[in-house]
Amino acid sequence: MGNERFIAAIDQGTTSSRCIVFDARGGIVSVAQKEHKQIFPQPGWVEHDAVEIWKNVQEVVQAAISDAKLGVADIASIGITNQRETTVVWDKLTGEPVFNAIVWQDTRTADLVRELGSPVGPERFRERTGLPLATYFSGPKLLWLLENVEGLRDRADRGEVLFGTMDTWLIWNLTGGADGGRHVTDVTNASRTILMNLRELKWDETILQRMNIPAAVLPEIVSSSEVYGMATGALAGVPVAGALGDQHAALFGQTAFAKGDVKSTYGTGSFLLLNTGDEPVQSKHGLLSTVAYKIGDAPAVYALEGSIAVTGALVQWLRDRLGIISKASEIETLAATVDDNGGCYFVPAFSGLFAPYWRSDARGVIAGLTGYITKAHIARAVLEASAWQTREVVDAMQADTGIAMTELKVDGGMTANNLLMQILADALDLTVIRPMVAETTCLGAAYAAGLAVGFWDSVDDLKANWHRGAQWEPVVDPSRRAREYRQWKKAVQRTLNWVEGEGADDPSR
Amino acid sequence: MARQIQSIERAAAILKLLSSGQRRLGVVELAQYMGLPKGTVHGILVTLTHIGFVEQDRATGKYQLGATVLRLGNSYLDGNELRNISINWADALAARSREAVQIGTRHDGGALIVHHVFRPDDSLQSLEVGTVLPLHSTALGKVLLAFGAEELDDVLTMPLERSASRTTVSSRDLEIELGDIRTGGWAGEVNELVDGQAAIAAPIRDRDFVVGSIGIRGAVERLCEPDLSLRRGLVTFVLDAATAISRELATPSPNHP
Ligand SMILES: Nc1ncnc2c1ncn2[C@@H]1O[C@H](COP(=O)(O)OP(=O)(O)OP(=O)(O)O)[C@@H](O)[C@H]1O
Repeated sequence: MGNERFIAAIDQGTTSSRCIVFDARGGIVSVAQKEHKQIFPQPGWVEHDAVEIWKNVQEVVQAAISDAKLGVADIASIGITNQRETTVVWDKLTGEPVFNAIVWQDTRTADLVRELGSPVGPERFRERTGLPLATYFSGPKLLWLLENVEGLRDRADRGEVLFGTMDTWLIWNLTGGADGGRHVTDVTNASRTILMNLRELKWDETILQRMNIPAAVLPEIVSSSEVYGMATGALAGVPVAGALGDQHAALFGQTAFAKGDVKSTYGTGSFLLLNTGDEPVQSKHGLLSTVAYKIGDAPAVYALEGSIAVTGALVQWLRDRLGIISKASEIETLAATVDDNGGCYFVPAFSGLFAPYWRSDARGVIAGLTGYITKAHIARAVLEASAWQTREVVDAMQADTGIAMTELKVDGGMTANNLLMQILADALDLTVIRPMVAETTCLGAAYAAGLAVGFWDSVDDLKANWHRGAQWEPVVDPSRRAREYRQWKKAVQRTLNWVEGEGADDPSR
Repeated sequence: MARQIQSIERAAAILKLLSSGQRRLGVVELAQYMGLPKGTVHGILVTLTHIGFVEQDRATGKYQLGATVLRLGNSYLDGNELRNISINWADALAARSREAVQIGTRHDGGALIVHHVFRPDDSLQSLEVGTVLPLHSTALGKVLLAFGAEELDDVLTMPLERSASRTTVSSRDLEIELGDIRTGGWAGEVNELVDGQAAIAAPIRDRDFVVGSIGIRGAVERLCEPDLSLRRGLVTFVLDAATAISRELATPSPNHP
């Protein structure tokens, strides 16, 4: 293909690994994808086979490059984005994992996390790390491994094993593995361990001590965009040059480089990230502080994150549990047959309320039911639930930062739903913008890898690649918006105090 | 009240019998159930088999419902579903062609826009989803006409209205053009809907039918050669996107639940 060169981005996700090859304009040239096993050894436990994942990653990279009719020499660099917090520990000399990777959803560390918090509570490390103690984060998962895999603590103390999240595991393997592979993690992934000091961007000695984690197992913290090393094996000679956690990559792919830029990814659950510039903001409203990205030697850029557990999952629930629709897209068709929700509100607090409430005693409700309500009203209430939950996170972000947002950049599977996008614009009173390349996660990883090798010169180059694919403006009457938001909040109140013996918590549950 | 047509009633009765109970019946059994001569029932079965509503099992000679009738209820592809499946390909088409992308389906004698990707130049544009375009003067619409099942006369109940300098207004000319579209596999539009605008569209098929059309729309200077013929490279991009979406529709992937 002549002198034109390309970037390969690896998206190591929860259910599959993908590779997308991008051209210099950020256009998709080819895609390859492979799923991996989900291992459920007991209720609440979720594991992955890290060796299988590494094999799949090699396969999809090869497939994507050959599908594009390219050779390794045509690839200017490789970037990685990954499921965050999933934890693996492996033998430094053989490259063999000592245990399956423990996946972010896994809740085996619930008791451990409670112990770590006592007597102060889950906020114990928030000041230093930006995070509450919760089962998701990788530090407690590492601790669980050290305490439960026989002999591991001794081997860790002797420096025989290495810890990493999936970025670390892949970079180490790509750059040579046992034979000189680099043991590094990017700042965004490191910021999800609850072991990193958010301001200093270094492992926090105090926390390591409190949690009894030997520094020898930890990777070196590096930026999100720099040459970590040269690939060996089939990709020999290609620089491995970018890494970002998946949500951070989506923010980067949306070119949300300015303070106040905000993106929301609508999948099974939803994740909002707000760029807060070069200072971390401590949330008083249950949001997380995290590193947005760090390009080479430039100062780190920070973000506030709010996650919503149930958005697309509620559409799936309607399809798989109630059978009201047979395909996810059908919810739009059904909801569009009515002009409003008929007064009914659906709060999907299936496993409690998350940000900004953090109430594990809450359970889902459909409020405002009358004989008039049809399945179309319920379908509409389901879409509105995603919008109002977003509104509550956006309100929390504005309260924490004082930043007045003007627009929301969206991506993810649910953005195919035009009605939802309009409802969102109306609920938020913001312009909602879907970019032309909705694969923002991979694109973000490609951008980080391309910047590091001069494939793109600056973030301005990247901004020139970003184009709006569609845009929705708020049209609803302000008094109707206010009334409906009030109703939603009333419905939220009706979810509380349902599960007995639990109350305001404790984001870790 | 209009006269009932007896043979249609009988055909319907056969379909009902085949959809209930044992689902596979021979001519003799059907004739007995219906109290009709074997010859009459056989004649209806031959017709129903011909149009695919009924199939005859080769081994036993018995009749059962055909695939076509089984798909009748759900062969209709929802526009929102089409958007879900096409969205990534439509983005890729916009990125490659640098033009706005539209996807259309048949709706009330027009082409309903079910998906729209802005032209990637960050100019001010508004979402046209929900707009109904005329069939005879748009590339999206002509594709739907050319590959649709109906006779042109049944579709074009209104006179062909002129909206631009090159709009086709004679149904004879339109027939000829639709023939060309069927042969070439794509439709063009130059100064037909609006002067100064051109478009290219190609059919999206599921396993059996054309369910929609995808195309690009933009300024004549960008889409056409100086002689007003449409740029070959752009046509290829449109055809590639249509093929990719059709492939996805024919083999539903787990990515599109
Ligand atoms: N048209 C639609 N309307 C509403 N919801 C939809 C629509 N299409 C898909 N969804 C929902 O979106 C979700 C899938 O989106 P996506 O593939 O981005 O999610 P994900 O599985 O979380 O992402 P990933 O696998 O990339 O991590 C599903 O929960 C599905 O119910």
